[in-house]
Amino acid sequence: MISIQKQDFDHCSEYNQLRDNADSDGAIVTFTGLVRDFNQDGSVSIIDIEHYPGMTEKSLMSICSEARNRWQLGQVKVIHRIGPIAATEQIVFVGVSAKHRKDAFNACEFIIDYLKTSAPFWKQEGTPTGMKWVKSNTSDTEAMTRWFG
Amino acid sequence: MIQIKFFAMLRERIGLATLNFEYAGEKTVAEIKQQLVSKGAQWQVLAEQEVLCAVNQTLCGPESKVNDGDEIAFFPPVTGG
Repeated sequence: MISIQKQDFDHCSEYNQLRDNADSDGAIVTFTGLVRDFNQDGSVSIIDIEHYPGMTEKSLMSICSEARNRWQLGQVKVIHRIGPIAATEQIVFVGVSAKHRKDAFNACEFIIDYLKTSAPFWKQEGTPTGMKWVKSNTSDTEAMTRWFG
Repeated sequence: MIQIKFFAMLRERIGLATLNFEYAGEKTVAEIKQQLVSKGAQWQVLAEQEVLCAVNQTLCGPESKVNDGDEIAFFPPVTGG
């Protein structure tokens, strides 16, 4: 299940929902991304996220179904916030349940790696000198590439 | 007619979020991009930096064919998560 939303999310209720529906699963792995209050040029007070409505949902669905092709999974939940988000707030959530922990760990990491390099979101950071578009990171691309090695 | 969308820094530099583009024939994404670049100074950003492209909301390469009625989008490398 995918959710693109402006409002914050509650990690505990997301975990509880995964657990309520986990049936015979033996593992739940979650990842929560936070807005850092710094970058290489200094402090960051806020970020603003733009996305491509329609393609965003399509791309996240396709990432989740690729994860389901690779591992045996139960529940999959992805939340990504859009719009202005203050530093230290939550920005993204990935939660996966599976019969076995390795499948849950791998799928969770794969989904966030894939999301960072192919889902159409763009981030601006609010710094002391104004809003600046964030440049893509080669380490994110490398993290993605290893899944297709 | 095709619809071309621009996002993030490209949308700001070009000064346009959506362009309805008269289209007939069998061009590739790269050819359409080149045609836009030749429109003038504000469009040079498409040639100056790495630009990704989607056809009908799916990422695609520069040699992908574009058909009448398609939705095309140009945007910088993504930075979500």
